[in-house]
Amino acid sequence: MIKNKDKYVAIALVTPSIIAVGIFVYGFIAWSVRVSLSAWKGLLPDYTWAGFQNYLNLFADPRFHIDIRNTLVFTIIFVFGSLILGLFMAILLDQGLPGENFFRNLFLFPMAISFIVTGVVWRWLMNPAEGSRMSGLNLLFDKIGLDFLINQWYTTPKWGMAAIALTAIWQMSGYMMALYLAGLRSVPEEIREAARVDGATELQIYSRIMLPYLQPVTLSAMIILGHISLKVFDLIIAVAGKQLALDVPAIYMWQTTFDGLFYWRGAAIGTLLLLSVSVLIIPYLIYTLRTETEL
Amino acid sequence: MTTTTSSLKIRFRPRLKWKYLLYIPLVFLAIFYLLPMYVMLATGFKGFEEVSLQTMWNLPSGIRFDNFAEALDKLSPYLLNSLNMVIPAAVISSFVGSINGYVLSKWKFPGADIIFPLLLFGMFIPYQSILIPLVEFMKTIHMYGGLSGLVLVHVIYGIPITTLTFRNYYAAIPTGLVEAARIDGANLLKTYWYIILPISIPAFVVVLIWQFTSAWNDFLFAVVLTGSQNWPITVALNNMAGSQIIAWNVQMAGSFITALPTLFIYIVLGQYFLRGLMAGSLKG
Repeated sequence: MIKNKDKYVAIALVTPSIIAVGIFVYGFIAWSVRVSLSAWKGLLPDYTWAGFQNYLNLFADPRFHIDIRNTLVFTIIFVFGSLILGLFMAILLDQGLPGENFFRNLFLFPMAISFIVTGVVWRWLMNPAEGSRMSGLNLLFDKIGLDFLINQWYTTPKWGMAAIALTAIWQMSGYMMALYLAGLRSVPEEIREAARVDGATELQIYSRIMLPYLQPVTLSAMIILGHISLKVFDLIIAVAGKQLALDVPAIYMWQTTFDGLFYWRGAAIGTLLLLSVSVLIIPYLIYTLRTETEL
Repeated sequence: MTTTTSSLKIRFRPRLKWKYLLYIPLVFLAIFYLLPMYVMLATGFKGFEEVSLQTMWNLPSGIRFDNFAEALDKLSPYLLNSLNMVIPAAVISSFVGSINGYVLSKWKFPGADIIFPLLLFGMFIPYQSILIPLVEFMKTIHMYGGLSGLVLVHVIYGIPITTLTFRNYYAAIPTGLVEAARIDGANLLKTYWYIILPISIPAFVVVLIWQFTSAWNDFLFAVVLTGSQNWPITVALNNMAGSQIIAWNVQMAGSFITALPTLFIYIVLGQYFLRGLMAGSLKG
C-alpha cells in the first residue's frame, strides 16, 4: 500500500525524535546506572568501578531509611486521600445538580498550578507558630471554635509528611474526581434504571453496580498517583526547604549530587527510583496498549 | 483510558428535594479548594501597613497594589525568562508531536508498534534517574545554564506526551481520508500539509496548553539547568520564599503572579486542558 518513497519519508520524519528519546531517556539511564556503580565523588567525573557495594552502602544509610519511611507515609496518605476525596466529589457531581460545571472546574483548578506555588502558599497556611503569633489555618480553627484541629502541620514530629500529603491531595484530588466522573458517566443509564426498577436504593446502586465498574479507573488512578508520590520533590522543597524530617529520595538525590558532589550516590538513588516506578508503569503500559483497540 | 469530555456532560436524572442537601458538602469542598486563593488575593490587595500574619484572614480594607508591585519588581525578569522559554518549547513540541503522531497513526512502518511504547515510557521516568548525564551532556554541547538548553529539554521530554495526544487524535480521523489523497497522488508530506494539518487545530490547542503548563510549572529541570540570570519564575519564587528578607505578603503576591498565566489559560480554555488531562491520563 505505502509507496517506498513515502516509507522512507515516514521513517525520516520520526527518526530525530526516536534518536532524541533514545539518547535522553535510554542512553542517559544506562549512563546513570554506570555512574551509580562508579566511585565518582567530586567535581570531576571518575568512572573507577565500585560495583554494587554502592547500593549496599545506600541501603545501610540511615538517611535513606528515613526517605523510604517518608515516601511510604506520603504515598499511603496521598494515594488513598486523593482517591477517596476524588470518588466522593465525583459521586456528588454525578447527581445532576445545577452548577455541576462550576464545581467541577473549581475542584480541578489546582492541577493548572505549579507545585511551587502550592507549596509556598500552604507553607503559610500551615504556619505552626503558637499563641499570639498564631496564624494560617491554626488561627482560622481558633476563630471558628475548632481548636482541637490546631496542630504543628509539617513540623509535627514523625508525621510532618502527612501535612505535605494534604497539600498534594489539594492539588491532585480534582484530577481523580475527573477520572471517576468520566468513569461514572460511562456506565449505561439503562443499567441504573434497571436497578431502580428492581427496587435498588441509590446507595446500593453505587456500592453494588458503580464501584465494580470503576475498578479499572481506580487501578489507573493508583498507578498515576503512586508514581507521582515516588517522584515528589518540588512540593516539599517549597513548603519546608530541605529538612531531614521531610526528606525523600528525590531530595536526597538532588542534594547529595549537586551540593555534596556524591555523584555515585545520586545516580544510585535515581536508579532505584526508576526501578520502583518501572514496577508500576511497565505492566500498566503493556496492559493499556494491549487493551487499546487496534487503531 | 481514552475517555473524552463528551462523557462528562450533564445527564437528566429524576431529582428529589433531598438532593439539594448535597450542596452542603459541595460548598465545604469549594471552601477547601479556594482557601489558598483567598489568602493569596486577600493578602495581595492589602496595603503594607495593613499586612500581618495575625490578620491574614481579614479582607483588605481597600484595594491596594503594594504587594503586587513589590513582587512584580522582584520577579519581572524571571517572568520574562519563563515566557521566553515556555512559548518556543510549547510551539516546537506541538509540531514535533504532530508529525510523530501523524506518522505513527497513518504511516505505520515496520517496528512502529515497538517504538511507540518505548517512547511512552519516557514520560513516566523519574527525572532523577537521568539528571546527572543530562547535566554533563548539556555542558558538553554548551547548552548548560541558558534558556535554549531548557527549551530543548522540555521539547525532548515532551515527545512522549505530545506524540501520544496527536496519535490518538489522528487515529480517530478516518484512514480513508488519507488513502483517498494517496490515490489522488499526494505524497506523505502533501497529505499532512493539505489534509491533516488544517483539521489538527483542536489537538494543537490541547498540546500547546499542556506543554505550556508543564514547562511553566516545571522546577526540577529549571533549577538544575539554568544559572541565576536565566531562572524561570518557579525557581525565583521558591528562592524568594526561602529567603528571610522577603516578607510573606510579597511571597503571596508573587505566588499569585506565578500562578496567573496557567490559571488564566485554565479558565479560558479549561475544556482543552481537561481533554489533555484525560486523553493522556497516562500523564502524571
